[in-house]
Amino acid sequence: MKLLRLTATAAVTALALTACGGEKIGETPVAGSSSGAAACGTFNLAVNPWVGYEANAAVIAYVAEKNLGCTVTKKDLKEEIAWQGFGTGEVDAIVENWGHDDLKKKYIDEQKTAVAAGETGNKGVIGWYVPPWMAAQYPDITDWNNLNKYAAQFKTSESGDKGQLLDGDPSFVTNDEALVKNLKLNYKVVYAGSEAALITAFRQAEAKKTPLIGYFYEPQWFLAELKLVKVSLPKYETGCDADAAKVACDYPEYVLDKIVSKKFADANGPAYKLVKAFTWTNDDQNVVAKYIAEDKLSADDAAKKWVEANPDKVKAWLAQ
Amino acid sequence: MATTTVGLQRTWRRPGKPVLVAAVLLAWVLIWVPARGVHTLGLSPADLTPLHHWLNDVNDTVGANRDSSPFFLYFFNEIRAAVDSLVTFLQDLIAQPSYGRPVPVLGWLGVVAVVAYVSWVFAGWKPALLAAAGFVFFGLQGLWEESMDTLALTLGAVVISLLIGIPLGIWAGLSDRFHKLVTPVLDFMQTMPTFVYLAPLTLLFLIGPASATIATLIYAMPPAIRLTAHGIRSVPRSAVEASESLGATGRQKLTGVLLPLSKGTIVLGVNQTIMAALSMVTIAALIDAPGLGKTVIKALQTLDVGTAFNAGLAIVVMAVVLDRVTTAAGNRVRQTGRAARFRRPLLAVFGVVAAVCAYLSHTYYWAAEFPDDVTIGGTLAKSADSVALWAQQDLSTATEAIKNAITYALLNPLEALLVESPWWLVGAVAVLLAALLGTVRSVITTAACVALLIGTGLWQDSMTTLAMTIVATAMVMLLGVAVGVWMGRNRFADRIIRPVLDAGQTMPAFVYLVPFLALFSATRFTAIVAAVVFAAPVAIKIVADGVRAIPAATAESATAAGSSAWQMITKVQLPMARPSLTLAANQGLIYVLSMVVVGGLVGAGALGYDVVAGFSQGQLYGKGLAAGAAIVLLGIMLDRIARASSPSKGSN
Amino acid sequence: MSTETVISVRDLWKVFGHKADRVPRSDELKALTRRELIERTGCTAAVREVSFDVAPGEVFVVMGLSGSGKSTLVRCLTRLVEPTAGQVVFEGEDILGAGKRRLRDLRRHKFSMVFQNFGLLPYRQVIDNVAYGLEIRGASKAERLRRAREVIDLVGLEGYEHSYPDQLSGGMQQRVGLARALAVDPDVLYFDEPFSALDPLIRRDMQNEVIRLHREVGKTMVFITHDLNEALRLGDRILIMRDGRQVQCGTGDELVGAPADDYVRDFVRDVPRASVLTLRWVMRQPRPDDVLDGPELGPEVVIRDAVRTVLAADRPVKVVRDGTLLGVVTAEEILTVVTDVEAVA
Repeated sequence: MKLLRLTATAAVTALALTACGGEKIGETPVAGSSSGAAACGTFNLAVNPWVGYEANAAVIAYVAEKNLGCTVTKKDLKEEIAWQGFGTGEVDAIVENWGHDDLKKKYIDEQKTAVAAGETGNKGVIGWYVPPWMAAQYPDITDWNNLNKYAAQFKTSESGDKGQLLDGDPSFVTNDEALVKNLKLNYKVVYAGSEAALITAFRQAEAKKTPLIGYFYEPQWFLAELKLVKVSLPKYETGCDADAAKVACDYPEYVLDKIVSKKFADANGPAYKLVKAFTWTNDDQNVVAKYIAEDKLSADDAAKKWVEANPDKVKAWLAQ
Repeated sequence: MATTTVGLQRTWRRPGKPVLVAAVLLAWVLIWVPARGVHTLGLSPADLTPLHHWLNDVNDTVGANRDSSPFFLYFFNEIRAAVDSLVTFLQDLIAQPSYGRPVPVLGWLGVVAVVAYVSWVFAGWKPALLAAAGFVFFGLQGLWEESMDTLALTLGAVVISLLIGIPLGIWAGLSDRFHKLVTPVLDFMQTMPTFVYLAPLTLLFLIGPASATIATLIYAMPPAIRLTAHGIRSVPRSAVEASESLGATGRQKLTGVLLPLSKGTIVLGVNQTIMAALSMVTIAALIDAPGLGKTVIKALQTLDVGTAFNAGLAIVVMAVVLDRVTTAAGNRVRQTGRAARFRRPLLAVFGVVAAVCAYLSHTYYWAAEFPDDVTIGGTLAKSADSVALWAQQDLSTATEAIKNAITYALLNPLEALLVESPWWLVGAVAVLLAALLGTVRSVITTAACVALLIGTGLWQDSMTTLAMTIVATAMVMLLGVAVGVWMGRNRFADRIIRPVLDAGQTMPAFVYLVPFLALFSATRFTAIVAAVVFAAPVAIKIVADGVRAIPAATAESATAAGSSAWQMITKVQLPMARPSLTLAANQGLIYVLSMVVVGGLVGAGALGYDVVAGFSQGQLYGKGLAAGAAIVLLGIMLDRIARASSPSKGSN
Repeated sequence: MSTETVISVRDLWKVFGHKADRVPRSDELKALTRRELIERTGCTAAVREVSFDVAPGEVFVVMGLSGSGKSTLVRCLTRLVEPTAGQVVFEGEDILGAGKRRLRDLRRHKFSMVFQNFGLLPYRQVIDNVAYGLEIRGASKAERLRRAREVIDLVGLEGYEHSYPDQLSGGMQQRVGLARALAVDPDVLYFDEPFSALDPLIRRDMQNEVIRLHREVGKTMVFITHDLNEALRLGDRILIMRDGRQVQCGTGDELVGAPADDYVRDFVRDVPRASVLTLRWVMRQPRPDDVLDGPELGPEVVIRDAVRTVLAADRPVKVVRDGTLLGVVTAEEILTVVTDVEAVA
């Protein structure tokens, strides 16, 4: 009896609550997708884990959704796995590729599951950098010839009696061990192991005015916060890096490009056309990257802000 | 058996073990001086051995045949589909817009109500309140959807882990042969770095929930198997015999005696499985696993410590909630008297309330989507940011000094000894130690590990990593004993410290990497500190439990004999907690090894870096795999030597 | 081996270790001591060449110190431990040859066991623990509850039906164990040191309980103990084991009166002889000068009970069975025993 009464009370309370209501789900129609949806369909966009890439992806995704009515599925993936996704059909496009000749060989030439889709317009620079305070205090440090002079300053607990050259993210191919050896530098390469480690190291070095020399690259959002100064190595000439063990020259300038899956290209849908047409400058990317990294906008809001400020560029992509 | 060996040694009257071990170590140093630098088997980061190339080729072959091999079409694809649908179902239920609706089936109110109700039914009042508060907290953090995604994935992985793990555990509990067979496999699953198999997994099971779930369950299933087996094995012999003597069949024995009596241990296994699954959240995000891990990884890209901390905190809260609920469910005592009488009507009433909440959250927006105007996530993130900033600016001079002291005084000499010794010298020392401390079996295992380590082509990196592992494990044990004894002796300290330990164990390393990097630079020491943060809690907990488990009578008699607190600790509590210390060392070691890869991200280099690089660069894949194997081998070798040297050889 | 025996054990061996079965087959290995056997083969012989018979309704006690093999022996009788060699004939059937199913049947219906550590299921109430054996053999719920209540009353557990084992004292827990064994109404009850974990006072209570139950239900019992007094109190006959071998088998007064060897002698040294030995053990042949018109007593009268009569009589007391004069007893013989001077040196 008691049980029955209690249950009934609970049910009545519940109904009372229900009555007080609120907006019902399903009463208002779900914001419908525009008519372009059918034509575009689903667009699987790989997002590699660095902010510059995210900027490219954000803008492309925003335009694809808003202007073309695509359903964009962003997939957060490391490069290797994103490329692998071309083969398994789960990734349609990579929109900022740094070199990766081995992957191009494997997926474009051998497996034929991917094709190149043109340049992004961004130029990638890789090299050795020092924090601004060092460049100001020791102007000649930016010439590699003088590096041995400063080796003692760069000594750390990790480098023993040599200077420490802080290497970076394992995602990037480096020739630094060979460079140190072949340029006869009194340095030891220490592997920081991640981009976060590199950035933190440079931040601390500038803040504490401690010496640091390390591997870095641009475009990179951090350079907007701290303008690292590049050390010039012997000039790059075509083929000087052919034998990895004998490299004694600077890194080449990377032309960043876009890769798409063969299927995606063959279908030649609106999303593919957008990816192919997409191109912008390092400055453009830096702006969006700054929105994301420093202003902490969501990728979508950052893209919106840039797209609204640059209607011409977007129009040009869509016109093709 | 142990007593007879000891007896024999006594009669031979050979010098004590410590003397012999010291002699071996001394001989090592003496030979090291002239021999240093030769036969060190170094391999530069970009170089590969034939084995590494071969592994690359295997990987490529698998990738190339993926779409044509029937093995893939009918085996892996079927598994993938099943796992995918389970996890997607859970996501539809609580996390993602589904069935044509803009919101999941259950909104926040429904989830909170159902979770609280289930916790109350199985665990009691307090855990239920904690669960409700914890889940509301996710909403307040502004991370409701992410948290539910993580919960869905974790639940999926845990359910599958238990479906497979508990039957296997029962089997291992009943059959010695299977137990022997499965133990090394479980060791392997727990120490092989996840980074090594993430990429192959996405090849086998594609990018998506299935791969993330399977990556998680590879790491999360072993505790379920181990603890189930352990539970079955520790059922009192008398109860089993009594049942046999009454003519019970195997099945009756299992369902009537073995399972009910090992329930507590099995629930502990469930608990450990959940914890392990949650510790995989961030890593799984690297292959597009939805949820809090993604937030952490994204925040790391911009070094946004605050946001990473906020998401990390949600993971910690989820871990603590699930831990307390499952632990309370496992320890649940029967209800008697008044409580039992009220239970049935309350079950019905609260059941109705939960159902109504679920209905409301299904129907109305206010109960479906967590109101975003009460968010405290931003504030939390900002506070975390400013604490981190303060630490980086004001502490880094002091921390730098600590780092240098330990590196120069301890790490560098040890590393020099290990890395600069010829391989045969280190190998001989390891085998000799195993021979001195253990049995023929440990000698064979150690020799095999040394040989295989050389085979991986990463001998020198292994030695560098070994040096860091030894220093980190030593620090873990130091902390484990100091804090563990304190907690074991003082209940108040225990209550205060335990949540901190839980946080240390479950807060993703990615959250604190950036502050640590700022404090200690990108160095091996940073890697060691990260490992200690992760590994010390488990050692501390085990020691504390061990000290507390000492019979009151023993402590009493020592007090009666007039022991000072210090004498009590050194003469009674530590010696009596010795099995716990051994277990703490063993678990501490395994946890330290599982952080080798994270160490690679913060300047440790060596094996950790090899694994990370192998994950990031295709042509280094084989090397990364070999490095992962090397970590496993180091683990087995150290574990066997440590186990051999401890007097009580745990069967588990 | 007719109806006169319930259990008949012949040359029973239990050897633990690798290739254990070669031991009972080799005369050379059989002759070794335990220690020699371990050194030679690595095998441990727990039970060696044991033979005995148990009559229906008898309380048969196996006694020995720890490590003597007595617990292994009783497990061999129910095949909880698989014997290495020999014969265990139960009601005419060699149970070592019984198949799995048959063995289960025997365990469900013919014999049951009470354990030293009780072996209760902590998650079940007393009544469900008692009914466990019936449940296993598939009795209906009503039937097993009825029977369980019956047995619970029998062992004096009324009112505790719905308690859990951990709410009971050790003695009460063992009553549950006893009730569980009785519930299936077996022909034989095996007790494996059931009371050694209990306090002396409780132990005494429980021994009385067993004696009472034996009187009431008349089951055959095989009782393992390390306590000689317990053995003497309960046992119709006692088998003494040492290092796996049987040393002596006989009634209590036989063991005390005529120990087979120094081991047994040592064992029984502290027994209050007067309360174990009967007149048979102290009577002497009448001498010519004895006056044979004194009171008569039977040879099975325990000395303690005869003291008063003998001391009160002014002439020798005659020990008589069926009218035949077996011998005489005087104060001298009685006092030798009562003051505990070594009578049988």
